[in-house]
Amino acid sequence: MQELIKLSYRSLLANKLRSVLTTLGIIIGVFAVIILVSIGTGVQSYITNQISGLGSNLIFVIPGRVGGARTPGGIQTNKLLLSDATMLENKLKDIAHVGPVIQKASTVKYGNLSDKAVSIVGTTANYPDTVKITIEKGTFFNSSQARAGTRVVLIGSTVASTLFPNTNPMGKTVTIAGTRYTVIGILQKRGSIFGIDQDNTVIIPIAAAKRQFGVTNVNTIYLSAKTPELVSTVKSRTNQILLKRLSEDDFSLQTQESTLDTIRNITNILSVALGGIAGISLLVGGIGIMNIMLVSVTERTREIGLRKAVGARRVDILLQFLLEAVFLSLTGGIIGIAIGVGGSLVLSKFFVSSITPWSIIVAFTFSCLVGVVFGMAPAIRASNLSPIEALRHE
Amino acid sequence: MKSTPPVRLSQITKEYGLVHSAITQVLGGISLTVKKGDFIAITGPSGSGKSTLMNIIGLLDIPTSGVYFLHGNNITSLSDDQLSSLRNKEIGFVFQSFNLLGRISVLENVVLPAIYAGTGKDKREEKAKKLLSSVGLEKYLQNHPNQLSGGQQQRVAIARALINDPNIILADEPTGNLDTKSAEEIMAIFRRLNREGKTIILITHEKDIAAYAKKVVKMRDGKIV
Repeated sequence: MQELIKLSYRSLLANKLRSVLTTLGIIIGVFAVIILVSIGTGVQSYITNQISGLGSNLIFVIPGRVGGARTPGGIQTNKLLLSDATMLENKLKDIAHVGPVIQKASTVKYGNLSDKAVSIVGTTANYPDTVKITIEKGTFFNSSQARAGTRVVLIGSTVASTLFPNTNPMGKTVTIAGTRYTVIGILQKRGSIFGIDQDNTVIIPIAAAKRQFGVTNVNTIYLSAKTPELVSTVKSRTNQILLKRLSEDDFSLQTQESTLDTIRNITNILSVALGGIAGISLLVGGIGIMNIMLVSVTERTREIGLRKAVGARRVDILLQFLLEAVFLSLTGGIIGIAIGVGGSLVLSKFFVSSITPWSIIVAFTFSCLVGVVFGMAPAIRASNLSPIEALRHE
Repeated sequence: MKSTPPVRLSQITKEYGLVHSAITQVLGGISLTVKKGDFIAITGPSGSGKSTLMNIIGLLDIPTSGVYFLHGNNITSLSDDQLSSLRNKEIGFVFQSFNLLGRISVLENVVLPAIYAGTGKDKREEKAKKLLSSVGLEKYLQNHPNQLSGGQQQRVAIARALINDPNIILADEPTGNLDTKSAEEIMAIFRRLNREGKTIILITHEKDIAAYAKKVVKMRDGKIV
């Protein structure tokens, strides 16, 4: 066996360039598998973290039905009212915080600077208790301000940096869709999710939003259970309460967990798809090995004949060529893993990527398998050569 | 004392037939006994079937009909791998074109059959060195075959044929690619080996080479004449 390993190693060294190029196919394949899978995993954990950041006890009520367009034509009218939120707030005050939200996009101006497509969130004083937001400067408005619709605003960090590049925004007056509001606070930076900047937002009292945009219905009602154990109770009570006034098709209840599950499913498919595409390049690398081994068998027909004439059995020849193929793919696998791990470490500095042990194990096992599978046919061909035919070969 | 002859062929025929074409009979009933310590030369013009006969005696090819006893054992029904093992132990080959492996050293070429026999590294290398010095090549152990002259390469091949101590040496036109002087040296080695007790079967079409043998078998059209 030791002899065979040495022999394979030396035959590969005899054709250095050829061996390196063949190995390159496997290196690229393994590298691609590791790097793409780690990007997939990285994206998944990034999104999961972002969503968990909203709070894990969170339940949200949105208008219409999610997942089943029972309404003909698919257009769903929003039947969720602010009064529904108030009712929930009164009935569930012992077990949950309730924060209804009216959401619009509009332009925010300060002097001659303006910030377009800002998400205007109109909500109640309970909002900071439902959704995890942190106020960097200033304070949130209180419930009487919320009810009265006082013209005060908390601005997100993107709005702050766009409108107030050099000045302190606190106490300044900004114009939202033509109406003037006084800045009372700045929100802490949250980053972006799915490419949407979560900091390009402002929060105003719900009554002000209602008045300004002339709406009576809300876009979302956030409920935050006071303990994680209460999540399911809150969910079922909310459902009961809302069903008294609304039909099943008018609203949907979602929990943070169900959203996370959906996203995990999507990103898992993403990871597998990326890995699969990379797997194809590994397959191509394997075909490269098979090709070069077939060439090698033909080139060395006389050698095979001589070896058989002096006593090599079929298995000796088979192993000799199989080992060469496995040697090529294994070397490629190890180098590919090294470059892949290195690459995803570098990548994680600029972009999301996280190395998973399973992608390394899979890539390694796969590269061994590629050697065995694609080396087998040429090796069998070599071992089946008849010694006289082979010795006659020119 | 009467011992079993190393090679006994009885009514051996060999036919080659391609599908949809006529069958060609290359050997037409050869019976031949080679005794221990014989040195025979098989001669004949090309196409007389002497190479086919040599392949059959060397267990590289199997006869279409007839029986072949090697040291008294019928080999006609053995598998490929069993034939490989027998070749490894019983027969040393010397070819016209030497058939040395170019990528490995002289020493490694000589030990090759011993590797397949499972001999330990130290033992086989010691043996190979002894054999190489007996053919005057002790200085070329680490050289590659292409750095040697034809005569030297053929001597390496003879050392390789002897590494597993086979009883029979099969030489197919061993001097065909050599000049007269080298040919004489090679034949002197065969003669010495024969004196030392090896059974030698030589295939040649040259009369003066055949003259080294104790006995000459002439072939024509697949038959011994």
